[in-house]
Amino acid sequence: MNAVVDSVTMLRRQVKHIWRYPTLIITFAAVPVVFLLLFVFVLGGTMGVGIGGDRAAYTGYLTPGILIMTVAAAAQGTAISVATDMTEGIIARFKTMAIARVSVLTGHVLGAMVQTFIAMAVVLLAALLIGFRPAASVLDWLGVAAVLAMFTFAITWLAVALALMSKSVATASNLPMPLMMLPFLGSGFVPPESMPAGLRWFAENQPFTPVIESLRALLDGRAPGASLAQAAVWSAVIALTGYLLARRLYNR
Amino acid sequence: MADAAISVTGLRKAYGPHRVLDGIDLTIPQGTIFSLLGPNGAGKTTTVQILSTLIKADAGEIRVAGHDLAAEPDKVRAAIGVTGQFSAVDGFLTGEENLRLMADLLHLGRARGRARARDLLKRFGLTEAAGKPAATYSGGMRRRLDLAMTMVGTPRLIFLDEPTTGLDPRSRRTMWQIVRDLVEQDGVTIFLTTQYLEEADELAGRIALLSQGGLVAEGTPDELKRLVPGGRVVVRFADADGYRRVVPHLGASSRNDATLTAQIPNEGGVRTLKKLLDWLDDQAVEVAELTVHSPDLDDVFLTLTKEPAR
Repeated sequence: MNAVVDSVTMLRRQVKHIWRYPTLIITFAAVPVVFLLLFVFVLGGTMGVGIGGDRAAYTGYLTPGILIMTVAAAAQGTAISVATDMTEGIIARFKTMAIARVSVLTGHVLGAMVQTFIAMAVVLLAALLIGFRPAASVLDWLGVAAVLAMFTFAITWLAVALALMSKSVATASNLPMPLMMLPFLGSGFVPPESMPAGLRWFAENQPFTPVIESLRALLDGRAPGASLAQAAVWSAVIALTGYLLARRLYNR
Repeated sequence: MADAAISVTGLRKAYGPHRVLDGIDLTIPQGTIFSLLGPNGAGKTTTVQILSTLIKADAGEIRVAGHDLAAEPDKVRAAIGVTGQFSAVDGFLTGEENLRLMADLLHLGRARGRARARDLLKRFGLTEAAGKPAATYSGGMRRRLDLAMTMVGTPRLIFLDEPTTGLDPRSRRTMWQIVRDLVEQDGVTIFLTTQYLEEADELAGRIALLSQGGLVAEGTPDELKRLVPGGRVVVRFADADGYRRVVPHLGASSRNDATLTAQIPNEGGVRTLKKLLDWLDDQAVEVAELTVHSPDLDDVFLTLTKEPAR
């Protein structure tokens, strides 16, 4: 029970941080928006033909990938803010208090989720402004929110673990960088079928692809099928690994 | 001793082959100020980190605030407060929010938390700055907020790890008064580490000297000062002629020909001092200035702690 109360207290602390210093999240929402604009307006005509449609069709194809890219970009922000926090004396204070120990980390994770959802809302708004027209029903939208929450939760725990692993804030900001590449090496920007054999195998079997495919189906108003179960399993595995690793690193 | 605030026997801690603490024994009675002195790297902060549950000892029997440190760390945590070397405040939050954060983590409840925050802001002279982010505070204000946050949970024992490092003399004096009040008004026990010998002298009832992982001396400030010979008389002469004539006969421990100054060992006796003055008078030399130094903690520190130069 104390763990929940203390985590909520720590979440309040994080929300105050975000509210007072929103620059970090703006920075990390800007990157996916730039990619969205580049791919739709510069490459979108050609890409649209490639998937058998036009620029508007490609915008629909691209948006789920960009949303997941936002999760990866925000993970970088999370890693920076966790690593920065760990250099502060207040963490030593928390550790010498009789509070639920993990609440410092859960506070960070919940705060980062709030932050990531704000960034994703910005990205989604940008997509809608440039012509993204999803066919999702209300129920589908709830599904989209659930998939995003699940995956954000997992990637955020991973980012927290990576931050605790790094010796400096600079390292912490670089470690989650490869995550930014995974939407490219998956079904985020082009269908994996168009890739050479080895890369295609990787693209079809890495965790980002089923998540992107689930979102794509739900936003299209289709049933996500097996990709949803795969996305759930991947998210659970990543979340658990990140959580256990982060807890061990924090308690050492 | 059941009622000691801290009792330590055979505390050891090593990082690889490097022995940081090599068998420390300590007993600190409740309601006193105890100061741990030592050069940089002597193991002061490590000792505080172990006693405040931040890191684990390799060996030793340790009881803090009546609880076994290894068996019941959370009971220890509930009874202690720590104000670390680097100020443990959240710079993004205001002074009041920092205190309320502590109150929330201690589950004081909304009304009590608010009241406690207000009292502490007033007591530590932070009421006016309560609504400003702690990042904008001066060094002295941050340390006061830091200590106020420690006090939210009314701890029985407070660890102060170099609480005035980097503060200006006035802020330092303010902190000293706050620390004295904590002991006199609240009956708190203070475990203080410091590099400033003057600070230990001002505050502490007992002082222990830590050097190369072991305690080399322990006692009241006066007891420690008696351990080392350090009394001396410093004479500055008015003219170079007189200086050159008498200085070979003074038994000076050091001399400075440029400033015409000689330092003469003297164990503080009035009689020996008078003898010196009479002799100088007989020699008909003009003395410009004469000062008597009793041994201070600096002498104790420099004599008893031997660390490799760094």
